[in-house]
Amino acid sequence: MSSLLRVEAVHTFIGQLHILQGVTVEVPANSITALLGRNGAGKTTTLRTIMGLTPPARGVIHCMGQAIHGRRPYEIAQLGLGYVPDYRAVFRQLTVEENLKVAERRKGDLDRKKQFIFEIFPDLERLYKWPGGQLSGGQQQMLAIARALVAENRLLLIDEPSEGLAPVIVEHMMKAIRRLSDQLAVLLVEQNFLVASQLADRYVIVEDGRSVHWGLMADLLKDQALITKYLGAA
Amino acid sequence: MNTSAPQLRTGFFRQSLLVSGLFVLGLVVVNFVFFKPGTVAVVLLSGLYQGMLFFLVAAGMSIVFGLLDVLNLAQGSFFMLGAYSGFAIYGALPEGTPVEVRFVAALAGATLFGGAVGAAVEVGLLRPLYARPVFQIVLTFGLGTAVNELVRALYGPAGLVPIQKPAALNTTFSVLGGQFEMYRAFIITVGFALMVSISLLLQRTRLGIVIRAGVQDSEMVQALGINIRRIFTLVFMLGTAVAALGGMTAAPFLGAYPAMGGEFLITAVIVIVIGGMSSYEGTAIASVLVGLTRATAEQISLQYLNTPIMASVSILIFMVVVLLVRPTGLFGRE
Repeated sequence: MSSLLRVEAVHTFIGQLHILQGVTVEVPANSITALLGRNGAGKTTTLRTIMGLTPPARGVIHCMGQAIHGRRPYEIAQLGLGYVPDYRAVFRQLTVEENLKVAERRKGDLDRKKQFIFEIFPDLERLYKWPGGQLSGGQQQMLAIARALVAENRLLLIDEPSEGLAPVIVEHMMKAIRRLSDQLAVLLVEQNFLVASQLADRYVIVEDGRSVHWGLMADLLKDQALITKYLGAA
Repeated sequence: MNTSAPQLRTGFFRQSLLVSGLFVLGLVVVNFVFFKPGTVAVVLLSGLYQGMLFFLVAAGMSIVFGLLDVLNLAQGSFFMLGAYSGFAIYGALPEGTPVEVRFVAALAGATLFGGAVGAAVEVGLLRPLYARPVFQIVLTFGLGTAVNELVRALYGPAGLVPIQKPAALNTTFSVLGGQFEMYRAFIITVGFALMVSISLLLQRTRLGIVIRAGVQDSEMVQALGINIRRIFTLVFMLGTAVAALGGMTAAPFLGAYPAMGGEFLITAVIVIVIGGMSSYEGTAIASVLVGLTRATAEQISLQYLNTPIMASVSILIFMVVVLLVRPTGLFGRE
């Protein structure tokens, strides 16, 4: 099994709603895979399904050689998955330091990773004692990603990292994510096709809860018809 | 340390502290207007004593409410169970055991018993119902009622006579000419020590950080690899253990009787509402405020009406006043 993560024909219900109706995604190690598709296509639910937050009703999910569908979210995370939700979920009443501390899985995780995190997001060093709730949107996004780096993770699920951020910050965020992909795999949900196309090596297009196209980003960029059909613009 | 970092204690928090401080000041002024200095000292101490007991019941309820979204209406019964189990341990020790040993064993045993029953309730009864919060409230209410009736059936409706206190605590001391029981000062000490300990636990330990994070977003805490259910059980258990310790601490003074749980539960709910639901600081400060209000009103009505009748009414009036000034409670947000 060469892929770090394999999601196969997954179906997920939220209440009565059949949100995912057959999503298949593969994420190889040391790569960035982008989930593309329109609003409401099921991209966020795909990430939540992988994390076990909305468990799949059907289908299988393998991560690092283990079946993870049906496991509890904390067990899935402990395998080495870091989750960065689209609403960032920074703990507003906790300082930056405490936000990172929550993510420790073994004693001393934060001490080991602190320098690395500050290298990627230098702002966080200055803001270390600040309450999460007083950070700007971009700083919160950095903190949310940094939080996923505290433990020894091998796969990051990042939902909409560029949403609502100024272009300069997006640039910075992209650099950081590209740098991370040297050491771990990233599954990215990104509305902004420009950002996604510059970051990702691979893509999966989700449409109405189904994965309908996948392959190398370089090939997608040559296929203007496909882009227009599923992604509308650009 | 970055000294320029904005404080966690934002303007909102300082404003809440100010409002609380004004209430305390108001109560002290009322005391000096109505009573002689000796009486003032006793009333204020008596207020602290009552406040600490309310705190011991309300502390667990408010943290559990914040983290688990369950208003544990059985908490008063844990207070009562603490008193009864403590008395049972006190009486079960062999002939010739010194009172001091019995007393400490009763405190420790009641705490452990309260914690163990609490853990069993969380795992066995609440856990299957997290998807249905309304059911949980009904469940804790029913559980409380059942426990009260069970105790009534086993020990009779009249309650138990207070146990003998350790000699060192069985005296009085004088403040500004008024006399105050040493045992009530002991209760104030225990309550204050727990108030500080819980605060340190929440602010300084990793468990505390996880609890505070979970109060905001327990799903994200799980997604970071933390078994939140274990934290739920632990927090529920700590809350019931503290309530049981409170019950046993109060029992040598109040005795143990089936209705004590209900009496303290109602006041604890009022305390939590005044403090601003899931805020720990709010609960701590509101406990003291409610205790002081109650003691002051009690003394005024004793002095002028010859009956303590105003005590219970006063805290309801106080709640209304607080909610008019701050609709979300003293430290509550949104």
